[in-house]
Amino acid sequence: MKFDTPAQTNPIDKMAVVGRPVDRIDGPLKTTGTATYAYEHREAINPAYGWVIGSAIAKGTLRWLNLNEVKAAPGVIAVVTAQDAGPLGKAGRNTAKLLGGPEVDHYHQAIGVVVAETLEQARAAAALARVEYVRAGGQFDLVQALATASVVDDSGKPSAPEIVGTFDTAFAAAPVKLDAEYTTPDHSHAMMEPFASIAVWNNDELTVWTSNQMIDWGRGDLAKTLNMPKEKIRFLSPYIGGGFGGKLWLRVDAVLAALGAKAAGRAVKVTLPRPFMTNNSTHRPATRQRIRIGASLDGTITAIGHESGSGDLPGGGPETATAQTRLLYAGANRLTALRLAVLDLPEGNAMRAPGEAPGMMALEIAMDEMAEKLGMDPVAFRIKNDTQVDPAKPERRFSQRQLVRCLTEGAERFGWSRRNPKPGQARDGRWLTGMGVAAAFRNHLNGTSAARVHLDASGMVTVETDMTDIGTGSYTIIAQTAAETMGVPVEAVSVKLGSSDFPVSVGSGGQWGAASSTAGVYAACVKLREAIAQKLGFDPASALFEGGFVRSGNRSARLGEAAAQGRLTGEDKIEYGELGKTWQLSTFGAHFVEVGVDAYTGVTRIRRMLAVCAAGRIINPKSARSQVIGAMTMGVGSALMEELVVDKRFGFFVNHDLASYEVPVHADIPHQEVIFLDEADDKANPMKAKGVGELGLCGVGAAVANAIYNATGVRIRDYPLTPDKYLDKLPPLV
Amino acid sequence: MKAFTYERAKDPVAAARAVAGRPGAKFIAGGTNLLDLMKIEVEVPTHLVDVQDLPFDKIEQTPEGGLRIGALVTNTDLATDERVRRDYAVLSRSIVAGASGQLRNKASTAGNLLQRTRCPYFYDTNMACNKRKPGSGCAAIGGFSRQLGVIGVSKSCIATFPGDMAVALRLLDAVVETIDAKGKTRAIPIAEFHMLWGDHPEREFALAPGELITAVTLPQPLGGKHYYEKVRDRASYAFALVSVAAVIQPDRTGRVAFGGVAPKPWRVEAAEALLPQGAVAVTAKAFAGATPTKDNAFKLPLATRALASVIAQAKA
Ligand SMILES: Cc1cc2nc3c(=O)[nH]c(=O)nc-3n(C[C@H](O)[C@H](O)[C@H](O)COP(=O)(O)OP(=O)(O)OC[C@H]3O[C@@H](n4cnc5c(N)ncnc54)[C@H](O)[C@@H]3O)c2cc1C
Ligand code: SF4
Repeated sequence: MKFDTPAQTNPIDKMAVVGRPVDRIDGPLKTTGTATYAYEHREAINPAYGWVIGSAIAKGTLRWLNLNEVKAAPGVIAVVTAQDAGPLGKAGRNTAKLLGGPEVDHYHQAIGVVVAETLEQARAAAALARVEYVRAGGQFDLVQALATASVVDDSGKPSAPEIVGTFDTAFAAAPVKLDAEYTTPDHSHAMMEPFASIAVWNNDELTVWTSNQMIDWGRGDLAKTLNMPKEKIRFLSPYIGGGFGGKLWLRVDAVLAALGAKAAGRAVKVTLPRPFMTNNSTHRPATRQRIRIGASLDGTITAIGHESGSGDLPGGGPETATAQTRLLYAGANRLTALRLAVLDLPEGNAMRAPGEAPGMMALEIAMDEMAEKLGMDPVAFRIKNDTQVDPAKPERRFSQRQLVRCLTEGAERFGWSRRNPKPGQARDGRWLTGMGVAAAFRNHLNGTSAARVHLDASGMVTVETDMTDIGTGSYTIIAQTAAETMGVPVEAVSVKLGSSDFPVSVGSGGQWGAASSTAGVYAACVKLREAIAQKLGFDPASALFEGGFVRSGNRSARLGEAAAQGRLTGEDKIEYGELGKTWQLSTFGAHFVEVGVDAYTGVTRIRRMLAVCAAGRIINPKSARSQVIGAMTMGVGSALMEELVVDKRFGFFVNHDLASYEVPVHADIPHQEVIFLDEADDKANPMKAKGVGELGLCGVGAAVANAIYNATGVRIRDYPLTPDKYLDKLPPLV
Repeated sequence: MKAFTYERAKDPVAAARAVAGRPGAKFIAGGTNLLDLMKIEVEVPTHLVDVQDLPFDKIEQTPEGGLRIGALVTNTDLATDERVRRDYAVLSRSIVAGASGQLRNKASTAGNLLQRTRCPYFYDTNMACNKRKPGSGCAAIGGFSRQLGVIGVSKSCIATFPGDMAVALRLLDAVVETIDAKGKTRAIPIAEFHMLWGDHPEREFALAPGELITAVTLPQPLGGKHYYEKVRDRASYAFALVSVAAVIQPDRTGRVAFGGVAPKPWRVEAAEALLPQGAVAVTAKAFAGATPTKDNAFKLPLATRALASVIAQAKA
């Protein structure tokens, strides 16, 4: 199904099942512990266990000193290092090699795997390994590295700043202006389920159970790494315990399980222990951002400039933190630029809302600062600078943009009028209290997505697609989509996901998964409807699918009858034309936060949060709400505590476990509310839906920072906002 | 983790003998600290003597009017004991401010006193650490030291004792009771139990090899108002940046001890005598001679402010 004209009325619009808060259909499996995660599959008979050895240095070369001793340790079946693995390929989506040696590119880069009869034996043998390292100098300091970094485009290729109008002169001439620097630190995905894979070879065919957000990418990249045909690999990931972008890529677990299994001649399981994950895998890169905003006295933005610098290993890409600034606010004169420095830290890459998440953390503080300079309410200042068109190309309109409604309804609901615009005034006992607001913005991305749908004689509908469910609710919304289109209850739909045996979907990432994967299922269901109508001799155009029956004129048949002589199958994919270019597809929202800051210790505690989201049709308000409250929680983490600390001497993230890399716990998140505006975006896809899972994060950090400012009168531009950064500016002790 | 052997001790002296007589042997109680460290080979015992069957799970009244807490009383049982909550509220509060419900259900009184530092370099066996490997150096000095100590530290090691319960026990002048392989018992004042390690950061506790903790005793209740103010980056499940245990009497005198700042719970009796003069006077004296790093210098004003908060609450 090609989607190249705005969606007309279609079977989804009935919204008998779609749009309802259906409970997760996989919920019982998860709450009873019977959903099989990567490390738990029993189909791999008699598996051996792999333990990964990581580099103890960040950059340099290594030499194994006692491999024979490791190989002779009790229970050891095989040891694989770069020497034994033979030449490996490297997929374009990986920046650093997944198996290092003799050159080392980053700390904890995998340099070998020990395979043994038990996990304990593999771990003990790995601990015997002695490796001689020769350290080479590396660059681990972002500030230093940025001093000589040049401007790149979003993909990391040399480029020039993007300018609309004449930024410099307009900014210089503005009567009210802001020029400030903001920093965000490196962040860790810190998903609950660690990286894990089981690999088993059958002659030259490889089966891998793994935990990966993108089945087809992972399968193709594994084939490329192992120099084998993609068709010879089965890549399976039915349940995933979180990813946040950390599992978009092929990682060490899958590669070393496959190499270990080959060497051992039997199935091998590999998981990464938590303290090894942070430096071995990817992270959200730190940014240093400069924002300049100029406005006339009435609050109209006349110039807006946003520059961001980040670092990555050679060949890597930038954190695109200026993305939203191209589109979020009006302003005739604009400048955005990305700088990319070379760093020898572990690989930087996508984490939930890459670009916008750290970009909004900076931009939305800057907007708050500007509003104050103008003497305007921060909600009113944002509304004043709303735009319904792409500011750089005014002929391109937003397909739908209800930012203003998000802000006004949110302000009303939150009791924004009770906020004292003068900071440092409100007090509740020992707590200084304050409120903050930020806009939420994240682009909506579409992608080709295929599915196959079967109907059997009992009327049961079975959906197959390689779409993944990373805890988001894909199983459920896909069941809802099929149920709606086929006119059956959700219980009559069985959903099979996460297997390379199934048609290639858009996968999970970039908040693109829900809308495009369901659109692909819808397309396949439309094909199946045609097959059913044809089989029953009904006119496909007028046939109605309702309540488990097909009706046409005064004829009616039970759905299953069409499959009486054998199951019927519809297979199709959704593909996108130019609508996403003609129209700007984005999602919008507003975040409101109230905090208390302890006047004595400076500790900030969130009191309540509200998000109002405008993101097209919400396919399932319950799972969508879960996404948004989870994202808001992550936003609190980025505002108040999350930071991978770089040791610039040795070149690694020091706090590489969950005791020292703190993320919010329940006690940090007392009250959250989410409102979805009623929308249906006919330019987006046949579902008229867009993403929300990342929108919920974008802006939260700044809303918290602005609330802290409102509470204390102290402006902090360096995340996370821990008490040590402003203790000396709190009210003096009496 | 290195392979190890395991036995369950049937009586205290046999337990002490099993550890004392065998290099590389260690006691294990709840295992919540020891097992974590064994998995990453920071601790590499060759033999574990499990003490959980020993009869140390009671809290009893002492003839002196205090309490005797068995070494195996769980953190949960201790924090919820009615007598503790009534007469030693600071102890109860310090315990529930630590770890999580699940961990406190498992963690023992002795194990809690003996928990190891949370210095991140101690946890990474690729890094030099005098505490983990004497003489190897200290990667934390000149590195990331936000959590680490500001006073009582040395040129060999700037880590802290990270626990909460011990800070309250120090405030209450608890006494640690032990027994050794010969059946000899000993009473160690809590002030001497955690040591200032100087050039030997591997020496943290005043225990001989194989010396088994049997109980912790509390003297008579102090009265007054009890506080445990723990400052941390998130609301729960995090170690203290700084903590303040305090008992404040109606006449504004009292006791105060600090956690998260030193190799041991930090109590300076001459400093707490200044409580009626306010927080600034107390911390100026308590932290005289402090040697913070750039990363953790904030702990000094933070300790003052946390104490000021306690004093303000006591006044209210
Ligand atoms: C995630 C996490 C968060 C935590 N947060 C906090 C916190 O916020 N505040 C806090 O104070 N603590 C915290 N802790 C530490 C926790 O309090 C300790 O792990 C626990 O108290 C240790 O008790 P245990 O019985 O499990 O000791 P074990 O792990 O069994 O033993 C610890 C040590 O004590 C020795 N030992 C045990 N019993 C005896 C005995 N009778 N005689 C002599 N030696 C003995 C063992 O040999 C070992 O060396 C946390 C722990 C974890 C894992
Ligand atoms: S501070 Fe102490 S525990 Fe930390 S690395 Fe240095 S010696 Fe080891």
